Amino acid sequence: MKASREWLEEYANIDVDTLKLGDILTMAGQKVETIDLRGNDIKNVVVGKILEIKKHEDSDHLLVTKVDIGKEILQIVTGAPNIEVGDIVPIAKNGAELPNGKNIKTGMLRGVESCGMMCSVGELNIDVNEYQNQIEDGIMILERKDKIKVLANTNLEEHLGEDIVKVLDLKEEVIDFEITPNRPDCLSIEGLGRETAVALNTDFKNPRKDIDEKSKKIEDKDEIEGLKVDIEAPDLCYRYIARMVKNVKIGPSPKWMVKRLKACGMRSINNIVDITNYVMLEMGQPMHAFDIESIEGRHITVRRAKNGEKIVTLDETERILDENDLVIADDKKPVAIAGVMGGLNSEIEKDTKTVVFESAVFYGGSVRKTAKKVGLRTESSSRFEKGLSPENALRAVNRAVQLVEMLGAGEEIKGKIDRYPTKQKINKIKLEPEKINKLLGTNLSKKEMINILERLEIKIEDDIAIIPYFRQDIEQMADLAEEIARFYGYDKLDTTLIKAETTLGVKNKEQKIEDKILETLQNNGLSEIYTYGFINEKELDKANISEELKKLAICIKNPLNDDYKYMRPSTIPSMLSTITTNINKKNKEAKLFDISRRYQNINKNIEKGEVPEEEKILTIGMYGENLDFYIVKGLIENILQQISVNRYDIEKEKNNMSYHPGRCANIKIGKDIIATIGEAHPKVLDNYEINKKVYLAELNITKVTKYARNSKKYVEIPKYPAVERDIAIIVDENIEVGQIEKIITKKAKKLLESKELFDIYRNEEVLGKNKKSVAYALIFRDKNKTLLDEEVNKVMEGIVSELEKDVGAELRK
Amino acid sequence: MKEQIEEIKKNSMKEIEKAEDLKVLQEIKVKYLGKKGELTQVLRGMGKLSNDERPIIGKLVNEVRDILEEEFNKKEEKLKSEELQKRLETENIDVTEPSKKTELGSIHPITQIIKEVEEIFLGMGYQIADGPEVEKTFYNFDQLNAPEDHPSRDLQDTFYITDDIILRSQTSPVQARVMEKQKPPIKIICPGAVYRSDAVDATHSPVFHQVEGLVVDKNISMTDLKGTLEMFAKKCLGENTKIRFRPHHFPFTEPSAEADVSCFVCGGKGCKVCKGEGWIELLGCGMVHPNVLRNCGIDPNEYSGFAFGFGVERIAMAKFGIEDLRLLYENDVRFLKQF
Repeated sequence: MKASREWLEEYANIDVDTLKLGDILTMAGQKVETIDLRGNDIKNVVVGKILEIKKHEDSDHLLVTKVDIGKEILQIVTGAPNIEVGDIVPIAKNGAELPNGKNIKTGMLRGVESCGMMCSVGELNIDVNEYQNQIEDGIMILERKDKIKVLANTNLEEHLGEDIVKVLDLKEEVIDFEITPNRPDCLSIEGLGRETAVALNTDFKNPRKDIDEKSKKIEDKDEIEGLKVDIEAPDLCYRYIARMVKNVKIGPSPKWMVKRLKACGMRSINNIVDITNYVMLEMGQPMHAFDIESIEGRHITVRRAKNGEKIVTLDETERILDENDLVIADDKKPVAIAGVMGGLNSEIEKDTKTVVFESAVFYGGSVRKTAKKVGLRTESSSRFEKGLSPENALRAVNRAVQLVEMLGAGEEIKGKIDRYPTKQKINKIKLEPEKINKLLGTNLSKKEMINILERLEIKIEDDIAIIPYFRQDIEQMADLAEEIARFYGYDKLDTTLIKAETTLGVKNKEQKIEDKILETLQNNGLSEIYTYGFINEKELDKANISEELKKLAICIKNPLNDDYKYMRPSTIPSMLSTITTNINKKNKEAKLFDISRRYQNINKNIEKGEVPEEEKILTIGMYGENLDFYIVKGLIENILQQISVNRYDIEKEKNNMSYHPGRCANIKIGKDIIATIGEAHPKVLDNYEINKKVYLAELNITKVTKYARNSKKYVEIPKYPAVERDIAIIVDENIEVGQIEKIITKKAKKLLESKELFDIYRNEEVLGKNKKSVAYALIFRDKNKTLLDEEVNKVMEGIVSELEKDVGAELRK
Repeated sequence: MKEQIEEIKKNSMKEIEKAEDLKVLQEIKVKYLGKKGELTQVLRGMGKLSNDERPIIGKLVNEVRDILEEEFNKKEEKLKSEELQKRLETENIDVTEPSKKTELGSIHPITQIIKEVEEIFLGMGYQIADGPEVEKTFYNFDQLNAPEDHPSRDLQDTFYITDDIILRSQTSPVQARVMEKQKPPIKIICPGAVYRSDAVDATHSPVFHQVEGLVVDKNISMTDLKGTLEMFAKKCLGENTKIRFRPHHFPFTEPSAEADVSCFVCGGKGCKVCKGEGWIELLGCGMVHPNVLRNCGIDPNEYSGFAFGFGVERIAMAKFGIEDLRLLYENDVRFLKQF
């Protein structure tokens, strides 16, 4: 909301400069976004008349002019070709300052003295369209005989030498406020004026007292000039007032009004339309003016639109409505979308004679929805949607009628049609100073509190705060506390620390596990990444995500774009895109990890109105030299060791199509898959146009947390000596070492302390085709006694014979 | 015999003197003091001596043996130290050659800030809470005093899954979830991703991270909020950081405030980061709205509380001097490795 200082001064005496005012209001809760001090940055620029123009002797394009600035004649050299003798132009004298920061000094231009500069519109920070017949690249012409006259009623010839800022009335100090949605009253100069008065601790002048008085006296009528009004949807329309003016003369608005409208960012259209906008800015009540002749049957109905009903709005666009939208209609058609925009069919025309001013209050939620649906967020709708006061509507319409008469734009028709089915409730709140002090942490006296509240026009009667109609946002004690705190000063509040029961600040199991993962992976050279949870079908396909999983993707109704249409059911595509980014950036290697969520609509939770399953996943992605499956496997196993998950199975996984079917494994605890490790499927790499091997892993943090243990237990350091034995066997290539190890473990029972695979050897000539030799160093120990060789021999025999039997192993000698 | 002993002494001393390494020295030792050594031989030949001579010669031999042994030891020490010296000289290395280390990875700037914040609040007795990102409008809006049609629902452009399920537009729904389950005292922070329909540019992202804080207990006041945030700002942004409260509006707090901190880049003098203002808008906060407490089954007459929330990326960018938000989500290793 923009407000000019000049307009605010109508409501409160302002004894600080505008920048300071901005600071004070910001600290009182009306946050200033920008301050425009137009005109203040122009100094020593005056009105001058060109007496003579000659060519510069040493230049093709420069002109030497003589300019009359009242008391003296200046010689000015210029390069602008758009001037003529007799033109009245703005002259920046020696020592002038311009908005662009330029300082003008007398100087020599190709040997000829120039005692100033003629200014363009741009150099004075004036919009080129603000005055007629001006151009961007050239001198601003204030007057040119019979052709240009920027000030219709002023003979500038009489003002030579006078300050241009004064003559053109360029000075305008405008503050742009960010108004919070709870304060629709501050979407008006009146509301901001009230805040200003309280913040500056000065009187609120209330220039509209006359209107307040008059509003009580206007007679209610059922019909005026044959016009009748009915509200069919009182749930959406709280009040509808119509007042009329006759003998209307449509024409331009006076300069002061145009200037104020412009300062607030509105364009002047004609006196009647301008009055509605002016009142909206002044009092915060949007209004609509229409020609009574356009109302068929002279009967206005406020009703829900019919499904599919159409209206062409003032911006000449057809809008299709439904029963959730509220319209103002005559007997045949809608003439306006309530609170949003008027219809083209009822627009004020040049020959309009009788104007109906509509001042109504609609249910904010409905206006908001309609405005959003039809894509029209107007000055009007953005006020209505915050909830306006029905009490204010009457004042506003009376002000409009007053302005019509003031401007000589028409004559008042006595009386009003006022449909007001539900009267606005006035809030009353018990004033409890102790509770307020307790909430704020202050020690204010009741008197101090009442002083602030009364300046905000909150009356206190018998310890009851009676809230004025324009502050519907104040509903309970906390709201009063905020008002008191705002004007006591948030900056005056102390800083204290909580005095209360001690609470424990500790991380939970999953949070601790996450910390361990971060630490382990950072220490292993991996870098953490952050990815978006969004995904699209193409990416899911590129990563070969299974149809089954794709079905669990959650679809966003209003995505930012097609790339971000779903919430990802798998984190693999995000990792692969990041890998691709790094390859495209010519990074030789990247070892990355991501701790983030995947979202799966399991059990149709969303359809049931429940939130879907979100699991926290650690995703690893790596490419570069000296990497293989076993390095990624090692990382995951390191993490599992860190979080004391010691019992798990590693099984080959051939059906996860994101991974190479020969180089992928699941880590399982019972039936739960807690991790998947592997090399990316060559087809997937192709899809991403990656020509390097990429290693991936997913660890389900949510799941693994269940199995993790925080406590480690000491196992006694062995007292009895160990027996070491090596064993080498030849097996078929397709026998997994995991199978061999299972047999060794099973047969050695408790005596096996450790087994280390120290060699896998392949040589067709020595071992035969498709054979490999696998060698283990085994350590046996008995906790309770010294193991005898014979005992170990027996165990070894058992292992060998089982290996021979089960996996066709042959002892290598 | 005496002469013979003297001769042995003289010769051996000379040889010890000449010995250049430990091996030679050892040979000399054997030659004179060994079982078959010259001096030992003399001792063995003592049987031939008279009873008078025997103790004299015996004493002499022992004296010489002691002297020689001492000489041997001395020489041995000397040679050993010379040898060590030589070895040390040959084992000289260039300490400026590159180290052999396991390459370290890096933790993302967003995580680093979150961990720092967690640390501070854990120390003040807060728990870390968590909630779903795909959230019910009920928790994201309704419970937080923004019922359907509330204008505040317009403040953020929310991603909708269905009419009732959205991507949370703030971490505040976690507040409501915690209050529903837990009785006061409640002291939590909740870091996490939030979603708003903003196109990607240097300062906007449809996904970003917030840390939410909530305290509910008896006698919690707005000055406690100010004190807590001041403490946080000093610990997170530097001991000289000042904090400033400005009135603001959020549907779920009343009174509400926006808190600015003195610019932690320029110290408040005015710079590019604070746009010359000396202050940086850090967070939104306020006293938990009585309606919110009531909605979550907590009696506002008995309990009060405060809540706050801030954006992590903003702090990360200002703290690390990152000017383009997109860098945080691009994940170029050359960027990541700097942290």
